[in-house]
Amino acid sequence: MLHTLLSLVSKWAIPVLLLTVPIYGHMKKVPVYEAFVEGAEEGFTTAVKIIPFLVGMMVAISVFRASGAMDYLSMILDPITSRIGAPSEVLPLAIMRPMSGSAVLGMATELMRVYGPDSFIGRLASVMQGTTDTTFFILTVYFGSVGIKKYRYAIVTGLTADITGFLASVYICNLLFR
Amino acid sequence: MNVIWLLLLATGIVVAALNGNIEVVTEAALGAAKGAVEVCFDLVGVMALWLGIMKIAEKGGLVQSLARLLRPITVRLFPSVPSHHPAMGTIILNLSANMLGLGNAATPFGMKAMQELQELNQESDEASEAMCTFLALNTSCITLIPATIIAVRFSFSSANATEIVGACIFSTAISMVIAVYLDYWFRTKSRWRKK
Repeated sequence: MLHTLLSLVSKWAIPVLLLTVPIYGHMKKVPVYEAFVEGAEEGFTTAVKIIPFLVGMMVAISVFRASGAMDYLSMILDPITSRIGAPSEVLPLAIMRPMSGSAVLGMATELMRVYGPDSFIGRLASVMQGTTDTTFFILTVYFGSVGIKKYRYAIVTGLTADITGFLASVYICNLLFR
Repeated sequence: MNVIWLLLLATGIVVAALNGNIEVVTEAALGAAKGAVEVCFDLVGVMALWLGIMKIAEKGGLVQSLARLLRPITVRLFPSVPSHHPAMGTIILNLSANMLGLGNAATPFGMKAMQELQELNQESDEASEAMCTFLALNTSCITLIPATIIAVRFSFSSANATEIVGACIFSTAISMVIAVYLDYWFRTKSRWRKK
């Protein structure tokens, strides 16, 4: 029931927006096509502006992950996190969560394939994937698009939110699904 | 950021060297550099589409009325932004897209909001208070419909693909509260320091 409703909303959201906004604009006497093109023009320049920031970030994250440094980090953290009820299988996912959205989705998919979506690991991986966002990507892209190089305390705030999200996911999953 | 960047890069290279597979570094670095440009070019079309739609909504006054509706909240969260500034409307669009799980619409709106906040920012390469608050909200924002992960669960024939939605909302709500509070704390601290 809930699934049909949610998939209906996510299926219809974009078509509905693409229909209602231009119709609304037309009713308000906006020259809709001209306005659209005027707005769309900014798309290219903004996307190009973030290239240097994204290259820097993605290279560092990719080297860190491919070298095996991430596996060592999860080995070091495992004794602590297993004590609060997080299985070691989900730890790499937690570490990558702030760094790469696509890597995390791949990891969560793999965990569900191996352990099943209704296992404790599968459910915890799902909740972690649905909690918080890819902090590094957002900071890089958003700050990059306006040329901000000094992020001040934004990075600490974002990462603390990620850690909190991880702890809260572990807590609620142990409460509901254990 | 400088420290984190250096740390990621340096530990990666040192670990690869100790493991005896240094060639992985070259491959990963060059691959990622190429991948980053591909990500940006994928963004061009989507950005153009959503910024175009947004322009229509803006000229029709839709963004402004949305901003007016949520003004009591946004004024408290962004005390440094004038309450009638266009950035407020764009920030709300970005957060609503995030909540609905429309990631590809959220990014263009978010960048547009940053550009509008940048107009208020005098020191041009340093983040302003409002930007930090916006990103704190953004990175921890509640997703009401985690569509991607539900689809993955469904494809592995989960008995109940949506049972995780409540848990997701619970944990993002907690991380959002922490983020907003921490941002407020940092803001007060840095103001106090300036005095």
